[in-house]
Amino acid sequence: MAMHSDLSSYTRTAGDNGLEIDLAVEGIACGGCIQRIERGLGKLPGVIDARVNFTNRRATVVWRKDAIAPTDIIAALKNMGYDAYPFVAKRDEDEETREAAQLLKCLAAAGFAAMNIMLLSVSVWSGNVSDITPETRDFFHWLSALIAFPAVAYAGQPFFRSAVAALRARSVNMDVPISLGVLLAVGVSVVETINHAEHAYFDSAVMLLFFLLCGRYLDRAMRRRTRVVAGNLAALRSNTAHRLDANDSAVDVPAAALQPGDRVVIRAGERLPADGVVIAGQSEIDESIVTGETALRVPREGETVYSGSLNYSGVLTVRVTAVGERTLLDEIERLLDHAVRSKSRYVALADRAARYYAPVVHTTAFLTLAGWLAYGATVHDAVLAAVAVLIITCPCALALAVPAVQVVAAGRLFRAGVILNAGNAIEKLAEVDTVVFDKTGTLTLPEARVVNAAQIPDDLFCIAARLAQSSRHPLAAALARERRGLRMIDGAVEEPGCGVGATIDGVEARLGSLLFCGLDASAAASAEVFDTSAIAIRFGNRHAVFQVQQKLRPDARAMADALRARGLEIHIISGDRADAVAPIAAMLAIESWQGGVTPDRKVKMIGGLRATGHRVLMVGDGINDAPSLAQANVSMSPISAAELTQAQADAVFLGERLAPVVEAIDLARAARRLMVQNLSLAVLYNAVAVPIAVAGLVTPLIAALAMSGSSLLVTVNALRLGLRARDRQRPRANMQEAVPQPMVAT
Amino acid sequence: MNVLVYLVPMALGLGLVGLAAFLWSLRAGQYDDLDGAALRILDDDDVEG
Repeated sequence: MAMHSDLSSYTRTAGDNGLEIDLAVEGIACGGCIQRIERGLGKLPGVIDARVNFTNRRATVVWRKDAIAPTDIIAALKNMGYDAYPFVAKRDEDEETREAAQLLKCLAAAGFAAMNIMLLSVSVWSGNVSDITPETRDFFHWLSALIAFPAVAYAGQPFFRSAVAALRARSVNMDVPISLGVLLAVGVSVVETINHAEHAYFDSAVMLLFFLLCGRYLDRAMRRRTRVVAGNLAALRSNTAHRLDANDSAVDVPAAALQPGDRVVIRAGERLPADGVVIAGQSEIDESIVTGETALRVPREGETVYSGSLNYSGVLTVRVTAVGERTLLDEIERLLDHAVRSKSRYVALADRAARYYAPVVHTTAFLTLAGWLAYGATVHDAVLAAVAVLIITCPCALALAVPAVQVVAAGRLFRAGVILNAGNAIEKLAEVDTVVFDKTGTLTLPEARVVNAAQIPDDLFCIAARLAQSSRHPLAAALARERRGLRMIDGAVEEPGCGVGATIDGVEARLGSLLFCGLDASAAASAEVFDTSAIAIRFGNRHAVFQVQQKLRPDARAMADALRARGLEIHIISGDRADAVAPIAAMLAIESWQGGVTPDRKVKMIGGLRATGHRVLMVGDGINDAPSLAQANVSMSPISAAELTQAQADAVFLGERLAPVVEAIDLARAARRLMVQNLSLAVLYNAVAVPIAVAGLVTPLIAALAMSGSSLLVTVNALRLGLRARDRQRPRANMQEAVPQPMVAT
Repeated sequence: MNVLVYLVPMALGLGLVGLAAFLWSLRAGQYDDLDGAALRILDDDDVEG
């Protein structure tokens, strides 16, 4: 479509006279692609620099202002065989990147300090059993202190900050005992050094920080990787809108650049880029992504239409009323607010453990102090023993127990096509006992399909599919999807509201409504099946009627059976009419279903299930599902879901299949078992180490060995999750196949 | 043992140089595209593709 496009909202200035744009590029598969893209773009006039980031599948292009338009760059990439989409990093991805870099710096500082202090400590330990002079030992201890102070002050920040935040909120998390342990270890060591003692614990403090930062960084890196993929998918789905300028000519702009008051044109087969009021045109629109209702609506002038609805037949002109995050039905917004607020805060497994753990440790340390004093030891020895308890129980293993499993599990989920939005989604998924599905777009495919393909002669089907490429009507698009890679028919003419006509080798061919193809109602009647739309083909004197219907996802039944086999209850709660839901429920053998449910009642029904003690997983895609996703214990969305809905979901799954739902639950359960196992290991370790500490026998050497040993143990145990069922994994090199049609074909 | 007085600070100094080099490489974006770097090495710059 030759069309003026305005991408200025995606570009930013670079240098004096340059502009820069980030593009999410589809189809980068190998090293050769990097070279081809960078060289190809470099040859364009005015391009100063083109750099491909292979890890993120993105390209950054810098060019001289006015020398070339960004649309030409995208067109050049298209010629090279790559689809590129302008891309602006979302705020949360930027945040994630910044935090990961900060953690890496802390990790580097802690690593440097740990190495050097250990070097000095090992010398002291070996000197203590041979002939080190007290002066040399003091010198080494002071050196250690010199390294440890700045390292702890810098690398400990993530823990101190989180601990202070938790204490302010009058709760305890894992970072409280960690911070306390580290600070006490450093403090006591300084006192000991002043007193020319044999032992100092600088190495324990810094090594503890180093191990914990490793765990945190890996966790963060995994989450960032999934964010990047989600960001690319969002760019690829992002809408363009045809905005009318002052003299009524249409300009393509990104939907994100629309302002309230703009007039936009929506052609047949396109989705609405924003909420608005119809000011001209007549058409039918499919609002299933908004309400779940599959029947079409005919909006009149002055009526409100919502972002995401699919324009079916005619051309509509709409005045934009709300854009971006505010494009929402008031009703949904209110429900969503309410559901998010009333959502009880989930306490993560690790924090729950910390709640029991912290008081026990602190009491033990206190009892040790009291016990030694009562036994007649000096205050110095008693305090030292108490601090040793705090150091040795420094929950290194405990703090790594859960994150280590999370990292491995998130990696496996990612490969299975599940992207996690929330960090604690794995734990919450493991506890689920009831699954509630939305119907439209969740159990069924987001796009309509031809259901009677088998009964239509293949040659007729091919002609129909070729004709269908000339039409933008959603029914024709469904037909074209069935047979890809065919040549378009030259000279095909679309008659708006009727269909497409062409002459092939002297024979007239028509694709469109029954009437347009000269078929009478009896042909339609024979084809009449509930809830299907019909589109006909006439080729010479032959004809056929295609039935197009919202089809079930290919593995819906297998998925339902698999969930039942795992002892989960399944419900369908749909906004669509009851008689559209019944056949789907019957096909999946799901007894508990409800049709025609308003978003308000959906939330109440989920709340009701939760009130009776069920832990609910809600799977939904429509805007009407967003409040119930927030209300459920945990939620998932297909990648085709409305943007708002995806933002509410704890996890998003890719592709047409529903199997990721089952896989996610399986994996989450396995991961939770390992988390509990790891926590038990950590407790076991403490059961052995604490008596030694209470007895006052802990030397820095023992502390170091115990800490590394227990950390290693839980990490290796977590890795078992990655080994298990490795053969079941399907690597997903190319996300393209996993993503359904972009929201708007432009 | 007097040798320690200058050897230990020297060891620390070398370590700090390493730390500084790492922080520089981090800031310079050396870790932004780890997968790409592995493939770029195979690129023959002087051969027209």
